[in-house]
Amino acid sequence: MNSFTRKGDFWAGLALAALGVYIISQALGWTYMAEEGPGAGFFPLWYGMVMIVLSLLLVAGTVLKHDPTAKRKEVRWAEMRRAMTCWAAFAVCVAVIKYVGFMIAFGLLTWFIVAIMFKRPQRVALAYAIGGALGFYALFSWGLELQLPIGTLFQ
Amino acid sequence: MDIFSGLIQGFSVALTPMNLAMCFLGCFLGTVVGVLPGLGPPATIAMLLPLTFKMDPTGAMIMLAGIYYGAKYGGSTTSILMNVPGETSSVATCLEGYQMARKGRAGAALGISAIASFVAGTIGTVALMLVAPPLAKLTLAFSAPEYFALMVLGLTMVVLLAGDSLTKALLSMMVGLWIASMGTDIFTATSRFTFGQTEMLGGIDFVIVAIGIFAVGEVMANMEPSKPIDMLPIPKGLKNLMPTWQDLKDCRFAFINGSVVGFLVGILPGAGATISSFLSYGIEKSVSKHPEKFGTGVIEGVAAPEGANNADTAGALVPLLTLGIPGSGTTAILLAALVLWGFKPGPLFIEESPALFWGLVASMYIGNVVLLILNLPLVAVFAQLLKMPGYAMYPLILGVSIVGIYTTDSSIFQLGLLVGFGLVGYAMRKLDFPTAPLVLGLVLGDAMEKALRQSLMMSQGHLSILFRPIPAILLLLAAFLLIVPLIKKFNSVRVQVIDQEA
Repeated sequence: MNSFTRKGDFWAGLALAALGVYIISQALGWTYMAEEGPGAGFFPLWYGMVMIVLSLLLVAGTVLKHDPTAKRKEVRWAEMRRAMTCWAAFAVCVAVIKYVGFMIAFGLLTWFIVAIMFKRPQRVALAYAIGGALGFYALFSWGLELQLPIGTLFQ
Repeated sequence: MDIFSGLIQGFSVALTPMNLAMCFLGCFLGTVVGVLPGLGPPATIAMLLPLTFKMDPTGAMIMLAGIYYGAKYGGSTTSILMNVPGETSSVATCLEGYQMARKGRAGAALGISAIASFVAGTIGTVALMLVAPPLAKLTLAFSAPEYFALMVLGLTMVVLLAGDSLTKALLSMMVGLWIASMGTDIFTATSRFTFGQTEMLGGIDFVIVAIGIFAVGEVMANMEPSKPIDMLPIPKGLKNLMPTWQDLKDCRFAFINGSVVGFLVGILPGAGATISSFLSYGIEKSVSKHPEKFGTGVIEGVAAPEGANNADTAGALVPLLTLGIPGSGTTAILLAALVLWGFKPGPLFIEESPALFWGLVASMYIGNVVLLILNLPLVAVFAQLLKMPGYAMYPLILGVSIVGIYTTDSSIFQLGLLVGFGLVGYAMRKLDFPTAPLVLGLVLGDAMEKALRQSLMMSQGHLSILFRPIPAILLLLAAFLLIVPLIKKFNSVRVQVIDQEA
């Protein structure tokens, strides 16, 4: 594999170019200019075109330019693993909120971060999970009278 | 209303028990987020913004502004004690502050930092009070073409100063414009980029993007493994935190330098506190009688940048409140807050909402006193926050993010968007895409498109309307600012090629 394909900028440029193409394809379906003035497609068409040009410049720059810091800019998957695990846990928490409600979903997220990601003892993780969930309930539901998400399982 | 009567009205608003409490809360939270590396004012303000919807807007604005300028005070603590800036605006403080701490003068460095912040913050507020009303009157004559050109110039400056890569900054802004276009077009009622989802007809709420990118993205970035950093000890007792008379005498020019440079740079969109602090540090070094000592722990080198990053806050509020043009990610969130509460920042803002404007100005005077009191004797207490483990803090940030989004719309769909924008924020950090242009593009995108389309409606589609004197000058300036680095870049590539050939 060529070195530029290991750089995030190369793939980001391609993704943004694809987004630019999508924006233009959508904008072409809307009115560009009507009698009373510019239509819904006017503005997106222009920034879509600029986006394509800029993303291709980014891709070309990554492929053609010799960059002495290239090694540093390569995507390091090992470093990202923890961040992505946290994100996945957050995504699961949001997905299950609909069913189990905020209190349980947040408690599980906290337990996961404390016990699994930071490898703290179970009693510490459970204390943070239960204490945190109760704290949120006390502050937002009682204190600020805000509605926390309620799960369908408990309705 | 003249300035004097405005200020009296402002103090009558700011001194109510509730607004005083909000000012104190904002300053306290600002100091906390300033001390904690990895949690900045944009993330905090974005997370708390939805919780302010049921509050009195004046009190809420006083609190959010308190977080904004309070963070600048707190940011110096880690710079001095750990050589790790709590905020990007405190990077320059590391240069001399940490060296002072290593020599056993941490107390004096922390003390002068708080005093410089107080002096410059107060001078900046005076300047805001004097500059904003006449500037607002001056811009009353602006119509759609002038506003469009002004927004282009504002975005250009933010893009120009946002990061190493101009291309990435521009792309970031384009993505912001795209997100701003989502939903129903206000002119033609056409649905744009809704992906067939009815929830998207109203567009994507700014708060979701801001919390996702700043708060969730920040938590993810902080999850990556990092080495623990040692903290130097803080001297105990207020006496040991006070600089000597000689220190204060040495810092006379630094206080003025920081105040003036900070305020003026703050007015410029995109320039921001980091630039103002480095600029004032550079000026301080160049006018110093002993420039060779800079880098070894010179107290003026702490006072100037710390003053500048505080005066910058007041400067940044000038274009925000008088033109409705934010100059950074944080002021963009403040602009969104004002709009969400039903205010219209712009030339008529001071006239239409005097209680809010003057109440905010008066609260900044009070806030600077509160921050001086909080930061001098209690700096050791705030420094203890640095011992707070990540596993205690990160779930809290994620939890507040969820609650903040859910309270705006009670929609699980919006929470799904939050998850998505969290990933976008993290990816942007990893790939060195600046986040400020995206947020500004998103905040200004709608108004910018509206101004452009209104201009072209006025001229029946002719672009000549944008070449009236004021818009033409602003657009030419924007074009010039974008072209200059390209030429410089072209030149550096040329030099590189010549070097290689040689």
